[in-house]
Amino acid sequence: MSIGHTLLGLLESGPRHGYDLKRAFDEHFGHDRPLHYGQVYSTMSRLLKHGLVEVDGVEAGAGPERKRYAITDAGVTDVAQWLARPEKPEPYLQSTLYTKVVLALLTGRNAAELLDTQRTEHLRLMRGLTERKRGGDLADQLICDHALFHLEADLRWLELTAARLDRLAEAVRT
Amino acid sequence: MTPPGSLLEARTLHKSYGPTPALDGADFTIHPGEVVAVMGPSGSGKSTLLHCLAGIIRPDSGTVRYGEHNLTTMNDARRSALRRSDFGFVFQFGQLVPELTCVENVALPLRLAGAKRAAAEARSLEWMERLEVAEIGAKRPGEVSGGQGQRIAVARALAGAPRVIFADEPTGALDSLNGERVMALLTEAARDTNAAVVLVTHEARVAAYSDREIVVRDGVAREMAGTV
Repeated sequence: MSIGHTLLGLLESGPRHGYDLKRAFDEHFGHDRPLHYGQVYSTMSRLLKHGLVEVDGVEAGAGPERKRYAITDAGVTDVAQWLARPEKPEPYLQSTLYTKVVLALLTGRNAAELLDTQRTEHLRLMRGLTERKRGGDLADQLICDHALFHLEADLRWLELTAARLDRLAEAVRT
Repeated sequence: MTPPGSLLEARTLHKSYGPTPALDGADFTIHPGEVVAVMGPSGSGKSTLLHCLAGIIRPDSGTVRYGEHNLTTMNDARRSALRRSDFGFVFQFGQLVPELTCVENVALPLRLAGAKRAAAEARSLEWMERLEVAEIGAKRPGEVSGGQGQRIAVARALAGAPRVIFADEPTGALDSLNGERVMALLTEAARDTNAAVVLVTHEARVAAYSDREIVVRDGVAREMAGTV
């Protein structure tokens, strides 16, 4: 995820302090990985340097000065371009799992067991996400569904590979 | 004797159709309140395993114990009676009786068990409310959507207060959203009533509603260790 673009997008609704930005980010997107303050401030200085945000005001307090950031026209254009650009689908070729299966076959180990163990691990993670979905709001459900569909795709690959292990073994050993 | 806490137990189950082994070894135990997914590719023996566990077919060798009962030595009439009183079933296409209304379908197992019509239908409506389909009680299965029909089938499986629910690809004919809702409702209701669920599925997202999985490949059923 592009943190810069996400923070810029959050600024479109109005100027915010770095702390408010972090809070808004965590609330919407940071379920698993909340932002560090350091990330917010380093990102904002980069955006400032590129003219995508500007300092809208500075409040002096007991601690360090609190800057309030506003998005610039160039920033709005940048967010629009980012949103309009499709993400490159990751083909995951030569994945670790594929490598493990081939290595297991090459070294005479039990590749079917490797796939079974992996399925159990995937399902363990999927159960956790399903449980989180049960108690979660719509945002939680959508985030979990995205992860669940990806894990499911992995599992379909695992099943297909398990069904073709004999042929794969023949292919890699010749 | 069945070990304490176990509800359903399979020991060295084998079943062949002609020269082809459909089930070539199954050993596991299912406990009350557990949701167990039976997974594996098409033709691996999942449905044969479910039918043996539910006492619908008799294995060629091995035993299925349900509580104190040995299903493999029990005669057909007693097995049928036990299935009606203690087991609930959900199939891929609901298998509702088209001539009956939805509430009559849900009430059917209760009526077969001897309950009076009014009491059976009142209890059925409670389950239909829980499954969010009380409003279609007077409709016939042909007049409701696939998702609603499947919820009716789940309500029918639960209405008789079964100790074990056997679900064979219960979401196979539904879209993702309806399938997930049916699974959430089925597993919640089963947990609340401490019923076990034996869930045959090839879909990982459906299996993710289970507590653990049994994997069947080439007729061999393996109990996997990973529980939440």
